Amino acid sequence: MNDPIPFRPAAPGSQPDNNSPQYRSTGARHPKQPLLGWAHTVTETTGPQFSPSHFPPIQDLSAGSMGERIIVRGRVTDEDGRAVPNTMIEVWQANAAGRYNHPGDTHDAPLDANFKGEGRVFSDANGWYQYVTIKPGAYPWGNHANAWRPNHIHYSLFGAGFAARLITQMYFPGDPLLALDPIFHTVPDADARDRLVSKFDLDITRPDWALGYRFDVVLRGRLATPMEG
Amino acid sequence: MTAATAFQTIGPYWHLLEHSEQADLTRFGAVGERIVLTGSVRDGNGDLIADAAIELWQASPVADDSFPGWGRARTDANGVYRFTTVKPGPVPGRGNTQQAPHFAITIFARGILTRLCTRAYFAGDPRNDADPLLNLVDDPARRATLLAQPKGDAWRFDIVLQGAGETVFLDI
Repeated sequence: MNDPIPFRPAAPGSQPDNNSPQYRSTGARHPKQPLLGWAHTVTETTGPQFSPSHFPPIQDLSAGSMGERIIVRGRVTDEDGRAVPNTMIEVWQANAAGRYNHPGDTHDAPLDANFKGEGRVFSDANGWYQYVTIKPGAYPWGNHANAWRPNHIHYSLFGAGFAARLITQMYFPGDPLLALDPIFHTVPDADARDRLVSKFDLDITRPDWALGYRFDVVLRGRLATPMEG
Repeated sequence: MTAATAFQTIGPYWHLLEHSEQADLTRFGAVGERIVLTGSVRDGNGDLIADAAIELWQASPVADDSFPGWGRARTDANGVYRFTTVKPGPVPGRGNTQQAPHFAITIFARGILTRLCTRAYFAGDPRNDADPLLNLVDDPARRATLLAQPKGDAWRFDIVLQGAGETVFLDI
């Protein structure tokens, strides 16, 4: 039996270091022993496949909610630019006031009874996805004095195999808090950081209804197919 | 080539997408020996972590409509996660090797920017002796961090993110 083709290692500088002191909570939560290197096997190259019948889509988070309605659209590809079709994308976020519908969030901002803040969509055959939500608000957090998180939407993607799993955050263009955010700046490479920022897109914008933002996601690709011996 | 999108932490509010039934991989009628995998998660101060998302993936038995092969569980106020699933069998390794039955375990949490990956094998399984990954870990104490232990009706797999007893994490 042929060995499975491994996923590519991360490009230098493209991923955060789990030991990032500027984000204080990493202090006691990063391993100090070196990670064990491991050539991918079927455990890493295969992964869960989600069917909309078991995981029903939630494509409109905005219904009845206060705030600025927005459309988010984008494409999921791998590092070689190939579409990643039929992959589940989970999103979650704070409401327009910067408050999560979560018992752990005690920020003094109003909850919105109509806004749960959870979405779930699937990419189509060409990797495109879209959902409707409201623009999340900024909120304070305890990392340092007067610390505020930029507006962001959390993303979870699964891709074609366990090794391609991704949890990230989508930010908004022109947000003055980005320059100050230690989590955003844990990504060393400036281009990799910029790709976490969505782009305003007039083509996605629906007249008389909602602004549109474009956010593309790139999942790990595979190493080149080895020559058959 | 465009490098893969950067990770950002799952943060403390990921429970907005939690559905507790996802911790039961048998809920669609999976066939096989049902088992429980449970354990605690601690940080480098020895404190229990009550806001982690633990994901389980198993390549065996092969996922189908009755068995997703994947589950997600929270750690509760006591820092404990719990999955119900079907016991995996062995799967092929690279070359002509076999991998002993195992779960791929992922830890996401506030304070973890990417993800931490490890494996849970079954203590006492004779196939562990020939497992290529377990055999990369020479130190018996380190190797033991990859073994779930039978405890009553469940398998116990505790995870330590840092410091004394630190779990072996994999560069996936």
